[in-house]
Amino acid sequence: MMLTASQFMFYFFALAIVIFSILTVTSQRILRAATYLLFVLISTAGIYFLLNYQFLAAVQITLYAGGIVVLIIFSILLTSHVGVKFDMVGWKKRLATGIAVAIGAILVITTILQYQFEASTEAARAVEMRWIGLSLLSYEKEGFVLPFEVISILLLASMIGAIIIARKEEKNESNN
Amino acid sequence: MIEGIPLHLILVVATVMFFTGIYGFLTRRNLITILMSIELILNSVNINFVAFNRYLYPQHLQGQFFSIFIIAIAACEAAVAIAIIINIYRRFTTINVEDVSEMKY
Repeated sequence: MMLTASQFMFYFFALAIVIFSILTVTSQRILRAATYLLFVLISTAGIYFLLNYQFLAAVQITLYAGGIVVLIIFSILLTSHVGVKFDMVGWKKRLATGIAVAIGAILVITTILQYQFEASTEAARAVEMRWIGLSLLSYEKEGFVLPFEVISILLLASMIGAIIIARKEEKNESNN
Repeated sequence: MIEGIPLHLILVVATVMFFTGIYGFLTRRNLITILMSIELILNSVNINFVAFNRYLYPQHLQGQFFSIFIIAIAACEAAVAIAIIINIYRRFTTINVEDVSEMKY
């Protein structure tokens, strides 16, 4: 059996996602866990590229890998001693959680495998950058102006909230 | 769609990633690692949206737009959560969830 190039790349990314996401939640060194998370996110961007969503893959790399992971690494450097192994929870809790999660995963996977999805045969729509921008601001059919506006308000609110929460409290400022 | 890869395979990968995230969310005791588990969960949902979009409704782009919105929400959530974590660290000098229980009783 010969694998085509895209099949090989898919299996490569899928394997990387599975291995590195398990390492992310089991690694005892926090900075390593963050690095494994970065690998998971980049492999996800690879799958988006394989599915022909170039814009989404670019957003994934810049926002997740470039933004969120860097933010997480900075906060790790601010709050933890790098290289310290932190304690795991007791093995009973780990075992119980592992069993519960395995049951859930098996249930979902068997349900997925039993369902027959009818793959559409219509021609795929090319994802043009211009079209994405137009339909984000359109209020007609297949327009997304309402969620776009809601997201912009959410971004503004969370930005203000993050600044106010993270600010140092001023001590007894009474000169004004 | 990817030639020769059925939709089920992508969904299985996303499922494994989702439940790994839940495992981390339940067993980790450090706030930042809990945040990383949440990122895993959100990311697996994104893969599902995009795969359904490409395989079942390739003439629309709803899945892609909702993935973009989820990514934006994940960014907001990470920013606010890290602000809260840094504030907690300033007050308690630890970010272990079991040591931060001042408002518990």
